[in-house]
Amino acid sequence: MAYSEKLLEHFKHPKNVGTLDKDDKNVGTGLVGAPECGDVMRLQIQVDDATGKITDAKFKTFGCGSAIASSSLATEWLKGKSVDEALAIDNMDIVEELALPPVKIHCSVLAEDAIKSAIKDYKGKQEQA
Amino acid sequence: MASQRLIYLDNNATTPCDPRVVEKMVPFFYEVPGNAASRSHPFGWQAEEAVDYAREQVANLINVDSREIIFTSGATEADNLALKGVFEMYARKGNHIITLKTEHSAVLDSCRKIEKLGGQVTYLDVERDGRVDIAKLEAAITDKTILVSIMWANNETGVIQPMKEIGKICEKHGVLFMSDATQAVGKIPVDPKETGVHLMAFTAHKMYGPKGVGALFVNRKNPRVKVTAQMDGGGHERGMRSGTLNVPGIVGFGKAAELCAKEMEADAKRLSVLRDKLEKAFKDNVEEVYVNGSVESRMPHVTNISFKHVEGEGLMMTFNQSIAVSSGSACTSASLEPSYVLIALGLGDDLAHSSIRFSLGRFTTEEEIDLAIASISKGVQHMRDLSPIWEMYKDGVDLEAVEWSEH
Repeated sequence: MAYSEKLLEHFKHPKNVGTLDKDDKNVGTGLVGAPECGDVMRLQIQVDDATGKITDAKFKTFGCGSAIASSSLATEWLKGKSVDEALAIDNMDIVEELALPPVKIHCSVLAEDAIKSAIKDYKGKQEQA
Repeated sequence: MASQRLIYLDNNATTPCDPRVVEKMVPFFYEVPGNAASRSHPFGWQAEEAVDYAREQVANLINVDSREIIFTSGATEADNLALKGVFEMYARKGNHIITLKTEHSAVLDSCRKIEKLGGQVTYLDVERDGRVDIAKLEAAITDKTILVSIMWANNETGVIQPMKEIGKICEKHGVLFMSDATQAVGKIPVDPKETGVHLMAFTAHKMYGPKGVGALFVNRKNPRVKVTAQMDGGGHERGMRSGTLNVPGIVGFGKAAELCAKEMEADAKRLSVLRDKLEKAFKDNVEEVYVNGSVESRMPHVTNISFKHVEGEGLMMTFNQSIAVSSGSACTSASLEPSYVLIALGLGDDLAHSSIRFSLGRFTTEEEIDLAIASISKGVQHMRDLSPIWEMYKDGVDLEAVEWSEH
């Protein structure tokens, strides 16, 4: 199976690999997938209190090339967006951008789930605070 | 295509056709174009002579009579013919077949078809090392059992079954013994008669011959075994497999068999040293590396390794521009299920997803192994730097206790 240049670039030189402090109240963490299924994504966002915009996003992914590229792309897209704008990211946008083949669409779904899960975690923390 | 030569460590999928084999095949496309079944002119006689010679070469490799070799299109067809052919031919004796969960899909899917046709099939578990427990096999035999079908060596792990012991059990109970020996023939000594195997499937393209030609060995004496043809037509191959013989392919198969008979001992010795070097390098330099299946009873050129907390297909993407291997991760398959062979060995899904199969071959060099070690070790590091599970493992998180969101 031949992958797109964009996908390969995100795979070989992934953007925003790393870890944010999950205990920080401005950080939302999403951990989705399971080792048994062959992919696990952890995606984190840091939100600025004053502007409500996502200032940083990091990820780590256990999975195939498409899963890694999908999460790398997701972190790129998240930076600079408001939380509501981030919620609007659709998995099919990722499919299109990376030209994911049909058998890899689940990777983009996982990335969307990771974004939603990170935002939910962030919002939960804000409500508690 | 990359300008550098691709390193091929996927010889269990298929082997390159040896140039000495190709050379023998070429005249049979044009200079000697006859149909081996044409009895009335020299074109046919020449083709028949070439097929007879090749049949001897193939028979010699496994120490059987040439009249016991039925040429087919490959091992899949030979497996189908053996299983379905025995099921049909011996219907009056019984309808029960015993096989293993780790068999190739050519055997498993033939068995499923047989179940639909009213047969009973027992799919035995294997032990942690990938081998069948002889006592469990014997316990599964009933008065309806007509056939035991157990592969000689596994395609994914290289694990070799206790063939002689199985042969003895089958003899004791008067049950036919069939083996898919695709991965073993031409690589290690395989002697079906001495082993008590009555039917045996194998193929040219796993032993440096061409694709599209294989064989079924069918024992002629003590017992005389017969199979019902699954391909009807001109009654070729003693009525067991109709269809014009693939003369160039069969000639190539014969030459490949002759070369294997001469060279397999030296090849096996050399490749096991390289395989062990590869395995040791990973064990010494990379953390959390597991070799899957028996290391004592194993093909000399194969190793199946799990790099924990790294997904196999992703790992392959780090080096597949230069090195070809295969993975038990099935991220690309529609089912997304990891290797059923590794699962049958008792590996967790996570380790199965992390597995890579290395299968070396006649043309593998030490330099290639050194390059593979360097490149794959680097790939594992890249993937672990990216892996949240690896980070959690390193932080001492109990991964079993994490509530994963299955999807």
